[in-house]
Amino acid sequence: MEKPVLIRLKGISKSFDGETVLDNIDLDIHDEEFITLLGPSGCGKTTTLRIIGGFETPDSGDVFFEGKRINDLPPYRRQVNTVFQRYALFPHLNVFENIAFGLRIKKLSEKEIRTRVKEMLELVNLRGFEKRHVSTLSGGQQQRVAIARALVNNPKVLLLDEPLAALDLKLRKDMQNELKNIQKKTHITFIYVTHDQEEALTMSDTVVVMAEGRIQQIGSPVDIYNEPVNAFSADFIGESNIIDGVMLEDYKAKFSGKVFDCLDFGFEKNEPVDIVIRPEDVDVVPVERGMLVGKVVNVTFKGVHYEVIVDVDDYKWMIQTTDYVAPEATIGIYIEPDAIHVMKKSKYSSLIGDYSSYSEELERLSDVDEIREEPAEERYAE
Amino acid sequence: MRSNVRYRSLLERAAAAPHMVWSILFIVAPLFFVLYFAITDAEGHITLNNLASLTDYSNIFLLSVSFALIATIICLLIGYPLAYFMSRTGKTTRRVLLLLLMLPMWISLLIRTYSLMALLDNGGLLNSLLVSLGFGRIRIIGTGGAVILGMIYDFLPYMVLPIYTVLTKLDPRYIEAAADLGCNSLQVLGKVIIPLSLPGVISGITMVFVPSISTFYISQKLGGGAFDLIGDTIERQFQHPSTYHTGAAISLVMMILIIISVAIMNRFSDSNSGGFVV
Repeated sequence: MEKPVLIRLKGISKSFDGETVLDNIDLDIHDEEFITLLGPSGCGKTTTLRIIGGFETPDSGDVFFEGKRINDLPPYRRQVNTVFQRYALFPHLNVFENIAFGLRIKKLSEKEIRTRVKEMLELVNLRGFEKRHVSTLSGGQQQRVAIARALVNNPKVLLLDEPLAALDLKLRKDMQNELKNIQKKTHITFIYVTHDQEEALTMSDTVVVMAEGRIQQIGSPVDIYNEPVNAFSADFIGESNIIDGVMLEDYKAKFSGKVFDCLDFGFEKNEPVDIVIRPEDVDVVPVERGMLVGKVVNVTFKGVHYEVIVDVDDYKWMIQTTDYVAPEATIGIYIEPDAIHVMKKSKYSSLIGDYSSYSEELERLSDVDEIREEPAEERYAE
Repeated sequence: MRSNVRYRSLLERAAAAPHMVWSILFIVAPLFFVLYFAITDAEGHITLNNLASLTDYSNIFLLSVSFALIATIICLLIGYPLAYFMSRTGKTTRRVLLLLLMLPMWISLLIRTYSLMALLDNGGLLNSLLVSLGFGRIRIIGTGGAVILGMIYDFLPYMVLPIYTVLTKLDPRYIEAAADLGCNSLQVLGKVIIPLSLPGVISGITMVFVPSISTFYISQKLGGGAFDLIGDTIERQFQHPSTYHTGAAISLVMMILIIISVAIMNRFSDSNSGGFVV
């Protein structure tokens, strides 16, 4: 059963210094939902979060909270709390006082403050840390304090702005599970901002894929992964082979010079389309049985599988297979009809190439850039 | 690795050498002289009479402390809001205000004090203006108020600048976090901005209080000789070799008083802001 809409963004646009950051965003956020805004840096996800938090006002459009317009409501009067990107714990207060901060503002009794802070410390596994100074905590511990400091106020909505970006991989995985558990336990709506697609798929009920200030796709993680609406979505979430194709008729797609059966329909006759095939959906077969034939360019062992780059008519495919293939070998490729996903052409189609220049190192480098650039570009773009 | 570290530390020591020599000659040695004079008599015998005789000066100490305190408090009351405003305002206004604040500091303290005298004197600019407007003259020079005014006038920038520096460095996310947790703007100021700017306030207080309590020039010129502060007393003692010892004793006591008050203030700022370093 779908929960009622808690927050509604309607036609939100925002620009900084003449540069459009958000372009006519419409978004419904339901009660008790774990929703993730996912996209590369500069896509407007943090600005969307800041508009919900009240730290930015939209140039046009309206923000509704439980049906009431809250455009002009200052942050301190919203039933929303935020976990900030680099925590922003108060350096002049200890752990207890940081968490108690919001409760003291509400002038609760000392006894109640004590009880609730204690509860929170238990929830985030920081029992006994009351008197510790925040500067003596590790990144993961500071993160927990930041979450506790926000949650203790019993907000309707918790906003999380890349809260795990500064943690190392192992800790990040643990915190993902923990956050998801906390969300289930507290029944609070989580609005989560990240550029990490894996994080988004793992934790969310709903994923909102954003690019260039627009929402590209809204859906459950499974839908987003299996049915990307355009080349951007397909490329950003997981690995994808995105190939130029033509939809000959319903259930018949042509690409790489061959005609394939597929499950898609409803396109114009001979409409140019983007074909998405996930690397794990491609089977390696002997040449004579292959629907396509290609030459292995590169093989990387990944633990669970091999990642194989195959050159088919000058287009480099990525294939994930558990069977070893030798570099330089010529192999056949077999694709099931349900592995072929057909998408309408979009402006992103031409931007996304094949796997010829793929390098993990580059991928990782661009991740780091993103973490560093975000605050400068998006957050304080005044 | 090891030799490298040693080499570096040698180099660092060499770099510090000129200053070390300077400090020993002009700071450490004079301090020993002060100490020596303070606890000896004219024949060079060790005595505590100099220090014991300081009870005669307790009124002067008290007056100096109260003048300096009043000046410091007023500087803080004017300086903090100004620094806060400067840290929030646009670039141009900020630059103009900063320039106005720094400009007097480029002029010698003596000249500034003289000019203040010229402004406030019985026949000075202010009184001429009052007379020409049909009001009577007011006597300012020679009052305690003039001395305090002089202290504020001369030392206000030392209050504003450290506070301003801390405030501009304050991470705006703390302010957002406080607003997020339910603070209106007044509460943000009281709960976050002021506590986090405390280190600046402490250095401001120190930088105004210390020169105020030891000044002699301001009180002589603007007080019209009616007020004897510690600075004046020390200066007078050192004009005759026979009273060197008393002068040194007063200096010593004042130095200890200042060290104690600075230590207390630093302590205060430490316990409030933890590891927060300016």
